[in-house]
Amino acid sequence: MRNSKLGRLYRDGEIVINKGDVGTCLFVIQEGKVEVFDERDGAEVKIAELGASEFFGEMGLFEKDVRSCTVRALGNAKILTIDKKNFYKTIQKDPTLAYRLLQKMSFRLRELNKKVMQS
Amino acid sequence: MRDFSSEHFLLQDGSKIAVIGGGPAGSFFAYFALDFAERLGMDINVDIYEPKDFNCAGPKGCNNCGGIVSESLIQTLSTEGLVLSSDVIRRGIESYTMHLEQGSTVIKTPFQEQRIAAMFRGIGPLGADEKDGDSFDNYLLDLCRQAGASVIHDRITSAIRTADGVTLQTKSEQKARYDLVVGAVGLNAKTLDIFKSICPSFEPPKTTKTYISEFRMEPEVIDKHFGNSMHVFLLNLPNIKFGALIPKGCFVTLVLLGNDIDKEIASNFVNSDAVKKLFPPEIDLDDITPCKCFPSINVKGAKLAFDDRVVLVGDSASSKLYKNGVGAAYITGKAAANTAIFNGISAAAFKKYYQPVCRSLENDNKLGRFIFAVTSIIQKSNLLKSAMLGLVITEQNKQNRKRRMSSILWDTFTGSATYRNIFLRFLNPLLIIPLIWSIIKSMFNIIFPRNEKQQVRTALP
Repeated sequence: MRNSKLGRLYRDGEIVINKGDVGTCLFVIQEGKVEVFDERDGAEVKIAELGASEFFGEMGLFEKDVRSCTVRALGNAKILTIDKKNFYKTIQKDPTLAYRLLQKMSFRLRELNKKVMQS
Repeated sequence: MRDFSSEHFLLQDGSKIAVIGGGPAGSFFAYFALDFAERLGMDINVDIYEPKDFNCAGPKGCNNCGGIVSESLIQTLSTEGLVLSSDVIRRGIESYTMHLEQGSTVIKTPFQEQRIAAMFRGIGPLGADEKDGDSFDNYLLDLCRQAGASVIHDRITSAIRTADGVTLQTKSEQKARYDLVVGAVGLNAKTLDIFKSICPSFEPPKTTKTYISEFRMEPEVIDKHFGNSMHVFLLNLPNIKFGALIPKGCFVTLVLLGNDIDKEIASNFVNSDAVKKLFPPEIDLDDITPCKCFPSINVKGAKLAFDDRVVLVGDSASSKLYKNGVGAAYITGKAAANTAIFNGISAAAFKKYYQPVCRSLENDNKLGRFIFAVTSIIQKSNLLKSAMLGLVITEQNKQNRKRRMSSILWDTFTGSATYRNIFLRFLNPLLIIPLIWSIIKSMFNIIFPRNEKQQVRTALP
C-alpha cells in the first residue's frame, strides 16, 4: 500500500468504529477493505464487506443515536473521515451531493430486504 | 436576431455538448452533466476537446498549477465516490509548516490523517516519467470517458453561432455542430477570444503573474527535509503575498503568489535564509530545477461568462483568489452542469442558476483581498509576526483549548474554508483578546530581548 493514499491507515483487524460509540463522522474507504459486523448470542455476525470508494457510518450524520455496528479493517485499509460540519455545510450549498448517499442507502435497503425475505 | 422559444434551450435525448478544455473544470462539467443526465434517463453526447497530451512530461503536458487538492475538496470528492488513486496522489499532506523570519511552527490536520493531496496536473516536470505517477487531469478525463464522454485531441480554431446551435471548427479542419459549448480554457487568451465571438458580452478575467518551479530530489531526501508537510512562507519580501514548497514523489514544487512576480523576485525568495535552510546544504538549487514558469492566475472573475448555448467555467469564469483553483473548477463546473441539465442552456437559465455561484466566489474573493491585505501588513511587521507565532505555539501547548488562530491559519493556507468564514472567525473576541495579549508579550520581548533559540513546534487546529 503506497504511502501517498489519503486518510488514516488502519492495520488488519484494527477497529474503525465501535458499536455503541457516539458517531459524528462519515468514513470513506480510500484503499483496502473493511468488514461490518454485529454480535448475536456472543458470536460475530458479518453484515457486509466494503471496499475502496464505499462509505460507512452515514447513520451518525443523520441520527443522534450511537453506532449500530462495529467496523474493522480487513487487511490494511486507508480511510478518510468526513466531518459532520463540513458535510452539512457542503450539502447545504449543493444538495446534489446527497444523490450518491441516497443511491447507496437505497441499495443497502434493497439488499436488507432480500436478506429478510431469505431468512 | 436570435429568436428561440424556451424549449429550444432544453437539452434532450441526443443533445450534443462540446467542452473546450480537458482540465479539471471541463472534466467536472462533463462528468456531472453525464451523471445528472443519466439520473434523469436522458441520453446526451459530450465531446471534450483537449489538444494537450497529459502523459508528456514538462510544458507539453502541464497546465501550470501548484498541484494541491484541498482538504474540503477531498472530502467532497470522496462523498461523490471519486477517490483519487495512489498513482495520482504524489504525497498525502498531513500538516502545514508555517515559516516566518521569527521561527516556524507546524499545524497538523484536525483528524491526524492525510487529508490534502499533492499532485501533478500532467505526469510531472521535465525528466519525470509514467513510473513517477499518473496525471491528475488524465485521471479526471478517464472518469469522463467511463461516464461516456469522448475526448478529442484537437484544438478549436473557431466557433460560429448558427440558427440551431454553435458550430466548432478544429485545427484539423473538422466541423461539428453542438447544442451547448462549454469553455474550460483556463486563461488562454487566444481561446478566450474565440468565446468573445459567440458570447459578445463576455469580459475575460483579470490576471496576474505567479511563479512555479520544481526541484528534483530523491524521495528519501524529500521525506527527511520536508516530510508530509506543505511549507508555507510569510516572509517580508516585496511583491510576494505567499510562498509555498509542496513535497511530491521525487519533486518539490515551489509556488509564489503575489503581484507580477518576475525572475528577480523569485530569486530573492529562493535565496532567503528561511527557504534555503530547508534544503540539504550541499545542493545547488539551480542544478535540480528541471522546470520553471510564470503562469497567470485569475484575480478577478470574468463578467457575463455565459450566453444562450454557451457557458464558461473554472478559471475562464471565476476562481478562488490565490487558492484552491481545483476547488473552484469543481464548484463552477458542477454548477454549470446542474444548470444545463436541470434548467436549460439559455442565457436566462445560466443567469438565474449559474451566475449566483460565480458571484458568490467573487464576493468571497473581496473578503479574500482584505484578508491578504491584512496578511501583507503582518508580513511587514516583526512584532505582529512574533505575536502570531507566539499565539499558535501557546495554543498547541494547551491541549484542551480551542486553537482558533491555528485553525484560521490552517484554513487560510489550505483554502478549505471560504474567506467569509475565515473573516468572521477572526472577529471572535476570544481570538482577538489572546492576540492582543500576545502582541503585548512580543512587544515586551522586543524591548527586553531574551536569548532564545527559535524552535519548530507542533500546533493542532
